[in-house]
Amino acid sequence: MSAPALEVRGLEYAYPDGTAVLRGADFHIHPGERVALLGPNGAGKTTLVLHLNGILTPDAGNVTVAGLPVQPSTVKEIRRRVGIVFQDPDDQLFMTTVRRDVAFGPANYGVTGAELERRVVEALADVGMEGVADRPPHHLSFGERRRVAVATVLAMQPEILVLDEPSSNMDPASRRELADVLAGLEITLLMITHDLPYALELCPRAMIMNHGRIVADGPTAELLADRELMSANRLELPLGFDPALVRPADLPRSPR
Amino acid sequence: MSVGHAHALFVHGHSRVHRLPAHVKLVALVVFVVAVVATPREMVGAFALDAGLVSGAAAAAHLRPRSVARRMLIGAPVLAGALLMPVVGAGARVDVGGLWLSLDGLWGAWSVIAKGTISLAASIVVTAATPVPELLAGLTILRVPAVVTAIAGFMVRYLEVIAGELRRTRVAMASRGYQPTFAWQVGPIAASVGALFIRSHERGERVYDAMVSRGYQGRLPQLSASGASTRDWVCALAMPVCAAAAATLAVIR
Repeated sequence: MSAPALEVRGLEYAYPDGTAVLRGADFHIHPGERVALLGPNGAGKTTLVLHLNGILTPDAGNVTVAGLPVQPSTVKEIRRRVGIVFQDPDDQLFMTTVRRDVAFGPANYGVTGAELERRVVEALADVGMEGVADRPPHHLSFGERRRVAVATVLAMQPEILVLDEPSSNMDPASRRELADVLAGLEITLLMITHDLPYALELCPRAMIMNHGRIVADGPTAELLADRELMSANRLELPLGFDPALVRPADLPRSPR
Repeated sequence: MSVGHAHALFVHGHSRVHRLPAHVKLVALVVFVVAVVATPREMVGAFALDAGLVSGAAAAAHLRPRSVARRMLIGAPVLAGALLMPVVGAGARVDVGGLWLSLDGLWGAWSVIAKGTISLAASIVVTAATPVPELLAGLTILRVPAVVTAIAGFMVRYLEVIAGELRRTRVAMASRGYQPTFAWQVGPIAASVGALFIRSHERGERVYDAMVSRGYQGRLPQLSASGASTRDWVCALAMPVCAAAAATLAVIR
């Protein structure tokens, strides 16, 4: 068994007004795993993500990334290791051209010149957006912006890719294109999503979060087939979608 | 670097003016504007020369006169204000078409209109021939404080996003029958602007989180540093040097 790529232990966090959001979240992810984080609105999923790279500091508990604890002295290296793609690409893409935006992360880590350019070109190629490097982000479609947002994080060569609602607001074709991109990446992946078929398609393992805790953790197909568990956590499959009818050959395989 | 049809002010092209490095064009623009402003208002010939230089630069950049003229409308309020100067000005008055106008005011109006128009036209030529990202990079090369270029960059990036939100809010209001006719019906517009402010503030926080997540530590990395050749400088500075020479000759005489 390899050392966890990400380990979260007893994480607790309350907003300044005292509202508790995380109430002892516990889980770990091994290198190469693809894990979906499911749960209703307000479960604490996005708050949890902001702890993974030290944006928020927990009231109790700890986060470890590939053996490195998240603390003020390690936060710069942690942020290189944990690449977060936020829900709204307009929050992620703030520079005046795609090229500058993709270069922003690695440049913050001292990458310059030809190496920086190579990172930009490779990251854009990974998401199939080679031709847009010199365009301003706001002139891209929403689906294109989201793929570029993934590229901005890939250029930092992270060890874990964390995606917050990657398929939200996407038309079916863009959703499919992004799924193809994500399926082709050889990287540890944690994906927050309400899109349950997307989770089943891309992640062999899923966790359900509710009331600030991980309440279920297991193979995605099994969790989605557990009607009682789903109902208790305000999760619903789309009308007509039955995970039992998905062919095993179409399901993603665990790396281990 | 080809930026395509990237920003509203930029006119795509491959002219010599387009190819000059942005920081060279910015220096040339500032020197030119200083020379124009320093030219004594009575030296009409010098202003004619300056106007000719700007026209030449616009032609070299393949800008259409109509497009330049349309953009110059932004200066109309200032020019309109200048037209009041002969009316309210003090001192000796002269008869102009039946109107007794202040001589000093006439010269003042001429000065504002001539210097303002020529300087504005020069700015339009530079902004039309330089993509905004390159202008910002040029300002960085010229050691403009990083916080200023960062704010300008964010403004350019998010102006359309915020304008889009405002547009959608107005459509949503109109869709529910809101058609303000009288001043006292302006309340919902004020509320929507307030909501937009809050949303923009929240977006600012999210953008900051996204920046910090990619290693931002208070300083934007320098991502562009295209050099300029001697030929670039000579080419760009020819115009402001001519204007400065005209101004100097006028002062000496």
